[in-house]
Amino acid sequence: MSDTSESATPEELKIRIEAGIPGAVASVTGDGHHFNAVISAPAFAGLGRIAQHRLVYDVFGDEIGGRIHALSIQTRASEAEETR
Amino acid sequence: MSENQMRDAIQEAIDSNPVILFMKGTPESPMCGFSARTVAMLNSVGASFAAVDVLPDPRIRQELSSISSWPTIPQLFVEGELVGGCDIVTEMYESGELTRALGLEGGPSAGSDGTADGASDAPLTIENRL
Repeated sequence: MSDTSESATPEELKIRIEAGIPGAVASVTGDGHHFNAVISAPAFAGLGRIAQHRLVYDVFGDEIGGRIHALSIQTRASEAEETR
Repeated sequence: MSENQMRDAIQEAIDSNPVILFMKGTPESPMCGFSARTVAMLNSVGASFAAVDVLPDPRIRQELSSISSWPTIPQLFVEGELVGGCDIVTEMYESGELTRALGLEGGPSAGSDGTADGASDAPLTIENRL
């Protein structure tokens, strides 16, 4: 659950996004409450923006709006290099 | 009002307004920067939209997010479909996609004349209808 009182850090968000979305590369900035994440991942290919952003929100569940007060997201699909 | 009635009222608002924004505060006095920016972009392209303030009752946000599977506010719906929040609306605004999605390609004046629905002009507040 999101009951930890410890602030989130950009580094934590980056690690969790990259662990939660296969092949994702994330760049995260933020002040502990408001964050901005720029993420590219092969998993985004063929998905609309709504579906891409949902994949990112799903990493954090109900921490969004709670411990992570606000998370701005920019997504783009990257090519899956290992499979090429 | 029960959660189910709240959910039905939200769904009805989404279904009956071609363009509807769920936001914190009102278009005239937004209570959050993301809501303010989204309203500013909609106004900038000349969109007519209904608006619902989610702040008066926490269940509005809870039931809305349950309907939309989207955790954050604001949320913009066009023709019953979730278009996105502030980030996606910003990308669409910058690319020109927003005017297309809202059927305003002919320019703000042509669009608002052609699509004005009357009902969609008036901000709607779910809590006032209970």
